[in-house]
Amino acid sequence: MKNISLEVENVSKQYRLGEVGTGTLSHDLNRFWARLRGKEDPFLKIGETNDRSVKGNSDYVWALNDINFQIEQGDAVGIIGRNGAGKSTLLKLLSKVTSPTTGNIKVKGRIASLLEVGTGFHPEMTGRENIFLNGAILGMTKKEIKRKFDEIVDFSGVERYIDTPVKRYSSGMYVRLAFAVAAHLESEILIVDEVLAVGDAEFQKKCLGKMNTVSQGEGRTVLFVSHNMVAVKELCTKGILMRNGTIDYKGLTIDTIHEYQKDAATNARYIHEGSPESAYGNRNIRILEFAAIPASGQDLNIESGIAVKLRFYNYTPNIALDTTFELRTVDETVVFHVGAFIKDKQNLKIGEYTVEFVIPANILNAGNYYFKLFFGKDQTELLLGADNLIGFEVENVKMGIKTHVYPGIIRPKFDYKINVS
Amino acid sequence: MEQEDRVIDPQWTEVIEPRSGLFKIDVYEIWRYRDLLVMLVRRDFVTYFKQTVLGPVWFFVTPIFTTIIYVIVFGNIANISTDGIPQIAFYLCGVTLWNYFSTCLNDTATVFSKNATMLGKVYFPRLIMPLSIVVSKLMQFGVQFLLFIAVVIYFWLQGLVRPNLWILASPLLIVLMAAFSLGLGMIFSSLTVKYRDMVQLLTFGVQLFMYATPVIYPVSTLPERYKPLLMANPLTAIFEAFKYAYLGAGEFSPGMLVYSSCVVCVIFMLGVLIFNKVEKNFADTI
Repeated sequence: MKNISLEVENVSKQYRLGEVGTGTLSHDLNRFWARLRGKEDPFLKIGETNDRSVKGNSDYVWALNDINFQIEQGDAVGIIGRNGAGKSTLLKLLSKVTSPTTGNIKVKGRIASLLEVGTGFHPEMTGRENIFLNGAILGMTKKEIKRKFDEIVDFSGVERYIDTPVKRYSSGMYVRLAFAVAAHLESEILIVDEVLAVGDAEFQKKCLGKMNTVSQGEGRTVLFVSHNMVAVKELCTKGILMRNGTIDYKGLTIDTIHEYQKDAATNARYIHEGSPESAYGNRNIRILEFAAIPASGQDLNIESGIAVKLRFYNYTPNIALDTTFELRTVDETVVFHVGAFIKDKQNLKIGEYTVEFVIPANILNAGNYYFKLFFGKDQTELLLGADNLIGFEVENVKMGIKTHVYPGIIRPKFDYKINVS
Repeated sequence: MEQEDRVIDPQWTEVIEPRSGLFKIDVYEIWRYRDLLVMLVRRDFVTYFKQTVLGPVWFFVTPIFTTIIYVIVFGNIANISTDGIPQIAFYLCGVTLWNYFSTCLNDTATVFSKNATMLGKVYFPRLIMPLSIVVSKLMQFGVQFLLFIAVVIYFWLQGLVRPNLWILASPLLIVLMAAFSLGLGMIFSSLTVKYRDMVQLLTFGVQLFMYATPVIYPVSTLPERYKPLLMANPLTAIFEAFKYAYLGAGEFSPGMLVYSSCVVCVIFMLGVLIFNKVEKNFADTI
């Protein structure tokens, strides 16, 4: 028998776009009138799916649309997806910060949510006082906090400052203390939203370790939202991929991440526009062509090398112009950030320019990458910044008899010298 | 299979749903969070004096100086009668009571917009926040009330005031006042979440309301035709009862107190109703 500890059924959440306040009263009255007559809320029908890049016609939007899933007890589930996919909204519903528009969520046990560390910390109060206050806000009783007090202080590593007001803390100490309180919550279900993006590397590791203990050692259910795929991979056994307010994929963590990475990188390896008027850009620069193609052969893989070509139109005369290419992996790690001078003296003419270069073979590992592009004037001013215009997938090549992808961002090939003696 | 699982496994401890009952207050849950209430009250208390030299003395400074000003302005310049009660005792009584009511109301009405970030991140019974204000102001009131008692004793020894057994009703009066300010506060705080106009309305509304309450004048000085208006204010009976109990003056009858209690009840229920309606989606509109 499966032991379900959390069940989400047909959950949707509608938000109103634009300024709350304009027309609120009339909409409220409308709703009230509809309910009096026993009719459905007239504004529930007109929501649209939530795609922030497309301008919609309606003022209402479904941040979550008909979400269904179950989570078994003891599972650590990673919820991933692009910004605005509805992850945080889902967590907010689960932690009761706001309520769903339709549907219901059934829970077994206490939920503790860590949407943000240090909520309710009062700067004037000492570390000790804040542990009690913050713990109480998160739902602990005084007795529980007292019992765990030493453990919390110990975990935070700020013992020496415990009777100093937290306004005198460094931001790192502040966060450490805050996470320490939250990490010691006693609950059957723990919800965590990217709190790991704080603190130094050592502390982050400690946090991850703690969460691992919570889910695997103590058998508690953990829901974890993050953009940090490494952390998700390390911590979670299952994954849920969200896109535009719906669930796109459910399954094992590794499959979900793979699905996400396919989805996250722009598939377009090539953009091309005939005339500058219709091309991407602004009044300084228009991008006519931007492409990443195999430097040799048909397939873009580890051994092919990548030929990058950028053709653009410059509208500003008499400047020094540089373009910077920033290559990133889909989990936002910067692979390189290199610039090229189009003109290093301030005498550039209006017109079309092309930059070409090759990323040599045997540098990038297999995976998905995308480009950020910056155009700089006189190395001081940004003329145009473009994100995610093109992206590409580097395919894997066999290594001996092994076909799987090796870890690492780069996969260089070295000239070994093998000496037998 | 799925269906079967659901039959076996229906022991949910909690179900999160779109809308809840109108008058439902989860008392058990609030009780479970009582430590939070205590911590919030403590926070108010402790942070009030951090980095001040005089510390708790400030609790006394406000009523004392307000009373002095009132004695000068209303007592000696405007010559408003105090029903034969020493002016200091009379005004101090009004000031202490009014302070409690107005600070409670002002603070509860803005509690949600002030703590918006916290409400957007963590769940706890929302009612805890206005409750904590009412309680922490009650402590402040308690301290100031001691001052008042001292003054009453001083004048009593001189035979200038006549405290009587109605003093025993003080807890009831305080509860009524607390419930009234909590009820009104909940109404305003729920509305301010969406309509910020209410803050403006409240700021000057509270000021004007003081003149509709017998704080600086006794009921007896009022012309007959205005009296019904004044009596309609539920605070009137509470204030008059206080003055009658501790100072032995004022127009007061148990009937008025019954009327006050009824109004307070209605306001309180209305507060709960409105509060429940908006509580669940606070985080979206703040």
